[in-house]
Amino acid sequence: MPTTHPAPHPDLRASGLRLAYGGRPVVEDLDVAIPPGRVTAIVGANACGKSTLLRALARLLAPVQGTVRLDGRALGSIPTRELAQRLGILPQGPVAPEGLTVADLVVRGRSPHQTWWRQWSAADERAVRDALAATGMTALADRPVDELSGGQRQRAWIAMAVAQGTRVLLLDEPTTFLDLAHQIDVLDLVTDLNRREGRTVVMVLHDLNQACRYADHVIAMKSGRIVAEGAPAGVITEETVRDVFGLRCQVATDPVSGTPLVIPKGRHHDGDTAMTE
Amino acid sequence: MARASGTGKPSVLARRHFRLAVPPVSGVLRPRLVAVCAALTAAAFLVFCWGVSIGEVPIGPVDVMKALAGQGDPGTLLVVRELRLPRAVVGLLAGAALAVSGALFQTMTRNPLASPDMIGLTAGAGTAVVAGIVLGWDGGPGAQALGLLGALATAVLVYALAWRRGTTGYRIVLVGIGLSWICTSATDFLLARGGRFQAQAALGWLVGNLNGRSAADAVPLAAAVAVLVPAALVLGRLLRTLQLGDDVAAALGTRVQPVRLALMLTGVGLVAFATAAAGPIAFVALAAPQIAQRLAGAAHPPLVASALAGALVVLSGDLAARTLISGTELPVGVVTGVLGAPVLLWLLIRANRAGSGG
Repeated sequence: MPTTHPAPHPDLRASGLRLAYGGRPVVEDLDVAIPPGRVTAIVGANACGKSTLLRALARLLAPVQGTVRLDGRALGSIPTRELAQRLGILPQGPVAPEGLTVADLVVRGRSPHQTWWRQWSAADERAVRDALAATGMTALADRPVDELSGGQRQRAWIAMAVAQGTRVLLLDEPTTFLDLAHQIDVLDLVTDLNRREGRTVVMVLHDLNQACRYADHVIAMKSGRIVAEGAPAGVITEETVRDVFGLRCQVATDPVSGTPLVIPKGRHHDGDTAMTE
Repeated sequence: MARASGTGKPSVLARRHFRLAVPPVSGVLRPRLVAVCAALTAAAFLVFCWGVSIGEVPIGPVDVMKALAGQGDPGTLLVVRELRLPRAVVGLLAGAALAVSGALFQTMTRNPLASPDMIGLTAGAGTAVVAGIVLGWDGGPGAQALGLLGALATAVLVYALAWRRGTTGYRIVLVGIGLSWICTSATDFLLARGGRFQAQAALGWLVGNLNGRSAADAVPLAAAVAVLVPAALVLGRLLRTLQLGDDVAAALGTRVQPVRLALMLTGVGLVAFATAAAGPIAFVALAAPQIAQRLAGAAHPPLVASALAGALVVLSGDLAARTLISGTELPVGVVTGVLGAPVLLWLLIRANRAGSGG
């Protein structure tokens, strides 16, 4: 989607955020500002509140306390439809109805731009065509989503979120359940969306090395709090990894990307003992 | 094949779609769906006329069509319009209403088993109407009101009991089946306690019956269909996002809970009025949308095609019920039940095979 006048970068931030699931507090007093026009990765151990934070940033979860603001307006005060035109989220592990084709799925990404009398405008057509092309799904447009491989399926869902045409795109564990090649494929695609179209991307990732490679900004969370945030090289250190994941490790430099590379240590593999023996 | 008026370019939705655009109005047309709707309309119309033509005084199909248009001799006109038309109209509208209701519930819950006849709405309406019959408030507007109350009360219970951080299809089915059994037991209790005459009347109504329908039965149903089917069509656009799951629907700008509530009320209203007018005709709400979906090759039951399929199933069922065994008129619900059971089995087997029984 080439724009002659690039839209101003969106400003997504939260302050004093307290989030809970069924009365159980998950996130306490959290402040965060998402760097506009960049790729941000949220990392942390299981149940540290990273997906919860992402859901709150997209208004899928209402905060118990505090506010999330998009361009200065509290999310709660933005009409649902308008919010969906500006901010998109792909939840974890979405399931397509049986028999739904890729094209039909991607078309549904245009819902926030449609009314009951304008169900298929030329802009919709263009956005769907571009989204299919950007995700490499054009050739598979007529295939049912449930018949695709895991990687293709995830691309189809991302294509739907791309067709939605939002400046902010939130992805909840977009690489889960994919094999390594497809993980890299999806992350490359996310980078394309950020670099070519200037979309602000926030994603929850499990793999620290992938987070270091693909994110400009890393947010490390532990027990519902942000422990460290910033450029990967500053955040992903031996100390942070030990603190956040309770894992001893060595941090080297990724020979391919030049970003931090986390090499975990375990009871049977410990670089120090190997050297002394 | 692909053609897009307005842009002159082939549509991305290649092959099966045509883009219609007269700015600011635009939409997508699927030739296959249009063809299915046309075929179902033609079939329903033929069965409708056939149903009106048979009876104690057989009337030729041509005379039936003439009489429907208001022409012909006064005797034929009287028989067609006063005696036979209400029955056919109630069958047509009840079938359409049940099917649209079924399509709404099945799409909303992403589960073909979550149709109103499976999750206790018809059973609830049944209990209320049977209670009315046993207590002696027989027929007419009383039965309609009771049916509506029964279905609504059951729907509120299903919603209240299945509600937990939003409502998922799986929970609705489980809770609904439980409530359905409770209602069935209550109905049995009422039948056992009621007088023989009332029990007989109630039983006739319970299997779904178009015998002796009058204009008084058709009018409230027609009014409900005139309001609720357009409402379903307007809300139907939102089903397309709701079908992707609550989170995705919300992400696409759908206000999930209010939309779901509106859809449920529409579906409940349709099934309640249909049941009050024609009795709990079995399996139509479950099977008709699935038939329409498979005919149209769609990923969810198309509403208009479902309505037509429902009307066709009930009208054909009634025709079969009146002609299969000469000298006896079976209630239509018996026939739709016999036809519907295999459909249910087929759905269950398919769901099991796909490993998504829930």
